[in-house]
Amino acid sequence: MSGTGARRWLPYLLLLPGGLWLFVFFVVPMLTLASTSLQEGSLQSGYVLTWRIANYTEAVTAFREQFLRSFGYAGIATLLALVIGYPLAYVIAFRAGRWRNVLLLLVIAPFFTSFLIRTLAWKIILSDTGWVVGALKTVGVLPDNGRLLATSAAVVAGITYNFLPFMILPLYASLERIDPRYVEAAQDLYANAFTAFWRVTWPLSLPGVVAGTLLTFIPAAGDFVNVRFLGTPSQSMIGTVIDSRFLVVLDYPTAAALSFLLMLAILVLVVAYVRRAGTEELV
Amino acid sequence: MNVAGDGIRVIDEPSPGDRLHLVDLTKRFGDVVAVDHLDLVVEPGSFVAFLGPSGCGKTTTLRMVGGLERPTSGRVWLGDTDITDLKPYRRPVNTVFQNYALFPHLDIDANVAFGLRRTGVKGAELRRRVDEMLELVQLPGYGRRRVPELSGGQQQRVALARALVNHPKMLLLDEPLGALDLKLRRQMQIELKRIQTDVRITFVHVTHDQEEAMTMADTIAVMNSGRIEQLGGPVELYERPATEFVANFLGQSNLLKGTVTGTDGDRRTVSVGDRRIAVPADRVPAGGDGVLVGVRPEKITIEHAGGPDRADAGAVDGGNVLQGTLVDASFTGVSTQYLVALPWNAEVTVFSQNLRVDERLQPGAPVRLRWAPEHTFALLPGTAAAPRDDAAAPDPPVAVTPGRIADVVRDG
Repeated sequence: MSGTGARRWLPYLLLLPGGLWLFVFFVVPMLTLASTSLQEGSLQSGYVLTWRIANYTEAVTAFREQFLRSFGYAGIATLLALVIGYPLAYVIAFRAGRWRNVLLLLVIAPFFTSFLIRTLAWKIILSDTGWVVGALKTVGVLPDNGRLLATSAAVVAGITYNFLPFMILPLYASLERIDPRYVEAAQDLYANAFTAFWRVTWPLSLPGVVAGTLLTFIPAAGDFVNVRFLGTPSQSMIGTVIDSRFLVVLDYPTAAALSFLLMLAILVLVVAYVRRAGTEELV
Repeated sequence: MNVAGDGIRVIDEPSPGDRLHLVDLTKRFGDVVAVDHLDLVVEPGSFVAFLGPSGCGKTTTLRMVGGLERPTSGRVWLGDTDITDLKPYRRPVNTVFQNYALFPHLDIDANVAFGLRRTGVKGAELRRRVDEMLELVQLPGYGRRRVPELSGGQQQRVALARALVNHPKMLLLDEPLGALDLKLRRQMQIELKRIQTDVRITFVHVTHDQEEAMTMADTIAVMNSGRIEQLGGPVELYERPATEFVANFLGQSNLLKGTVTGTDGDRRTVSVGDRRIAVPADRVPAGGDGVLVGVRPEKITIEHAGGPDRADAGAVDGGNVLQGTLVDASFTGVSTQYLVALPWNAEVTVFSQNLRVDERLQPGAPVRLRWAPEHTFALLPGTAAAPRDDAAAPDPPVAVTPGRIADVVRDG
């Protein structure tokens, strides 16, 4: 092989490991899943591919409530994460000085333990006999028979907590890139602190807002762990349904159809959102 | 409002109420004194340049005027108003930032309109003023473009328009041409000067480029270590530098150690090596006989010293003469630069226009240097502005007036 030939093939060679990986663990399962979602039958008699589109329509009808709840919870959790994360990212980016790296480390510190353990810890924190519930009852925020665990609030709080770093990090990255001179220029041009933020800092940080909300919303919409530990079946999300259809009910076609519907719904929402944010050059 | 030469409106007549007055202004960053008890008066309508090396406090001074930095002590007055504690957005002053700081998420129109919108200008009035300003900076029709689509020079003009459109009482320019290439910089210097003449707003310009300062400013404040070394018009600073720092920072100077030995009419005689140099008496500072005698390289004529040294230890024809040996000659196009070694371990640089080149002027040749006493100045050696302690009373402020060369500040 000549030198230039080797050069020409090098990029493909470098793509090969990743490409193979994606093929085996993404493309093949997706095709399998697509085929499963169009099958018919039962566990005993076996499932046969009959191109049964009704699997989809039936899934939507049966689990409409869980779909809506999933996007509702994910939306609220994303908003909460934005409200909590933006000021934090702002302070780390502009005001933290030499504490910046320590604070960033603290933001990602939860990743040092597993997702499951952290969620279980929340179960203990919010438990009926825990000090949080006790304290809230004492000050009268919660009624005497009130509880935190097994409520929608607990599930949303858990989701918010678990995905908060995915909101903070992109926000920080885009805020940190903003040249402080833009803010100085705004102040020089008669903008007070609030106007300078609203007219300059906020629009310049929009790429981070879009990235952060997507990174929070997408996994949150498919989450089932927080419901399992912090909620009850009456808070069940679409992830919960897919999980139980696959592993408990063993109704593979419905589970596969639901998976595709979830993907499609997220895709539509994301495209609409990114278009609305007008950020083809920002993302 | 008046109409200037090419139909652009004069924004405001300079009013004496818009005089900038810095009083004993000091800024410390930790242990570092960035600006050291600075006093200055800038008359409305003038074009002042703060000139100095990086770290001399010129940008910090500008930022204190703009309100982006709070002084450690001292006051900033604009007319009869003490603006020291005013937030930047409450000051009738606008800044052209280094690298412009144009808002990248807004188009050119919105950038220029930013300040006007904040002050409640809208509708047709807003449109008119934005268009008028884009015309002034020669960018009509560029309003819908985005910042990255513009070249460096165009962005520079937008930054200027964005500041000037607000009719500030003073425009602050922080190294505004620093990011441009040489040719564009020269163009913009002339352009800036034209705009300043049109709008007649006070321009306070910060630069480390002496040529830029000399081309544009009526008055230059040469700064060093947080203080003003010397203040004056470009010609005055160049011809009569008051300190060693100014003599070397503004152009090139030959500085020779000497001793004041006598007076001859309105000249004083300074012995330098085994020679005597005549210096106009009013250019010799009081305060010591040990001085540095200075002369600019282009004021000296160089000739081959063919015969014996006839200028024995004195001036011939009333001119100053030195003998030496040519060490190096380098051709630079418009001129030739000669380096001449004097008999007493000193060197003199000479710039000579290439009118008639004497072939004998080769390294090693004996040469005679001549220049007129009027082109000679004397300095006290090591004269950075004399240090002052905090308890000392502030000097009376020095005045900057448009079009007039201000008095030279002499310390000590």
